[in-house]
Amino acid sequence: MRAKILVLILVLIADVSSALGVVYARHESRRLAIELGTLEARQDEGLAEWSRLQIEQAWLADASQIEKKARRILQMQQPERTKVLVLSP
Amino acid sequence: MLLIFLGCSIALVARAVKLQVMEVDFLLGQGEARYLREVTIPSTRGVISDRNGEPLAVSTPVDSVWVNPGQLLDYPEKIKSLSGLLNANAEEIERKLTQRAAREFVWLQRRLNPDVAEQISALGIPGVYLQKEYRRFYPAGEVTSHVIGFTNIDDIGQEGLELAYDSWLAGKPGLKRVIKDRKGQTVEELGLVKQSHPGQDLSLTIDKRLQYLAYRELKSTVLQHGARSGSVIVMDVNTGEVLAMVNQPSYNPNDPGHDSDGMRNRAVTDVVEPGSVMKPIAITSVLENGLADPATPVETTPGYIVVSGHTIRDHNDYGLLDVTGVLTKSSNVGVTKLALQLEPEQMWDTYRRFGFGEATGTGFPGESAGVLRNHSRWRRLEQATIAYGYGVSATPLQLAQAYAAIANGGNLRQPAFIQGSDNPPISAFDPAIAHTLATMLETVTSDAGTGKAARVPNYRIAGKTGTSRKASASGYAARYVASFAGFGPVSDPRLVCVVVINDPTGDEYYGGLVAAPLFSKVMTGAMRILNIPPDNYPTMLVENSDPERVQR
Repeated sequence: MRAKILVLILVLIADVSSALGVVYARHESRRLAIELGTLEARQDEGLAEWSRLQIEQAWLADASQIEKKARRILQMQQPERTKVLVLSP
Repeated sequence: MLLIFLGCSIALVARAVKLQVMEVDFLLGQGEARYLREVTIPSTRGVISDRNGEPLAVSTPVDSVWVNPGQLLDYPEKIKSLSGLLNANAEEIERKLTQRAAREFVWLQRRLNPDVAEQISALGIPGVYLQKEYRRFYPAGEVTSHVIGFTNIDDIGQEGLELAYDSWLAGKPGLKRVIKDRKGQTVEELGLVKQSHPGQDLSLTIDKRLQYLAYRELKSTVLQHGARSGSVIVMDVNTGEVLAMVNQPSYNPNDPGHDSDGMRNRAVTDVVEPGSVMKPIAITSVLENGLADPATPVETTPGYIVVSGHTIRDHNDYGLLDVTGVLTKSSNVGVTKLALQLEPEQMWDTYRRFGFGEATGTGFPGESAGVLRNHSRWRRLEQATIAYGYGVSATPLQLAQAYAAIANGGNLRQPAFIQGSDNPPISAFDPAIAHTLATMLETVTSDAGTGKAARVPNYRIAGKTGTSRKASASGYAARYVASFAGFGPVSDPRLVCVVVINDPTGDEYYGGLVAAPLFSKVMTGAMRILNIPPDNYPTMLVENSDPERVQR
């Protein structure tokens, strides 16, 4: 009789702890799924931002724009041939 | 203690009974409201960049708006506010949706401006959804459009390298299984069905700076001479890497439209009869078959020769030349006399080894192989004309490949556009002949030559001019192709450049007057950008320096 009660107690302990475990695991998985979603969204955002910045940088560094600014605004000129000094490597 | 556990387990059992028996209707309803769905995970297309990592094609996410007509048509007043944002006619949208009322998915407008997308999403109209898509941007625009090409609205390559390397650049979208609620929001992710793979990046051999320089100079030359079209190619002699390839007319790859004329990558797809730029190939054949050496005299008086009843003329009577002089003066008579000493098969064989009559195999869509008929079908007149570049046709890229072989000691390399391409050098002809030929071609830019305008200050340049009449239905018309092909610095060749200007309409149409100056401008800039030392820099150092500076 005592042995049976002991077994019953053990089974009950196992039952309750597994129930609590399920609740906890379920909660944890939801939390992690949400976190993953947020992180993925942040990664996407980061990549999108990176691609936009790359394009923006390329627009700003466009050779024709730079040339226009150098020649018209900064009044830069290509040096004459006699003013070029070639340094040996 | 026991009681506590007993209480807990009774509670568990009671909960189970409640869920399974008493609330079954409610839960079934819940289950139906949630859907097990498989959704795609979008993947980005790889970035195309130049040899220095400058981006030339980048994808960035934009929103497209789609609607479920069944849902939206219940709110006609909302269509008005939507059409206002989209700058579209409300009645037209309504008609379009009514026609497609049975469907659940209709694109309304794709690739919206980000601020418009935000406003639409703020309206929160039922049945209107935003979908993230990728849009391709080409920061260098028309300067690189022929090399890179463009993608269509579904992000599939349509032209150029975007088409040739579509499967490499395109990612593989993934698939995941999720539970969605009635509003289409993801409640839970169940797992990955297929991993998404982002597209791979493509690193080109093109140098954006040279590409821009060549494009700018080509555009102004084409404009100045009222030419129909033109191409410039700059290639690295030692590696076969193409550093710049530009064409006119061009187009804006960010908004390609349907102008198919501007879309052709003429440097690769269009063949021309090259005219005199072919003469060095014929001379190579003469030299390697031991029929002459550079100093062998060639009589070109009286300035014409009759072959099979057809008269071949020079511009002037050049008198007694040597083989070098035939190239310097570009004498048709001289090269005809020399070439006719060859067996057709010998000459054909040389041309083949230079890569003529065979596509270079770069994988560019629509690449042409040019035309070089088999020697068994050559008649005597044809052999003569092929020697000075008629009756044979080639793309500008083939010419660049051939001249690079001359510059690179007889080693032919397939032109490469992608870094790390496998294009081993193939020995096409004797290095000694290549060297001799380079020396002979240098005389073309001397005071006596036809290509003086191709000179590059401080650098020794070898090359050949070409002017050919265009073939038309009624024989050869008074329309021309002006060309120049050459390389430098001659003491250690680094760059080869080919210029082809099609149909210049001004008074000037000779290769030496139209194409050679453009060659000079492109090469001058390229030498400076790539920091290529001049042929004789120790002497130049003294010549160019300011005396005061040297003393200091």
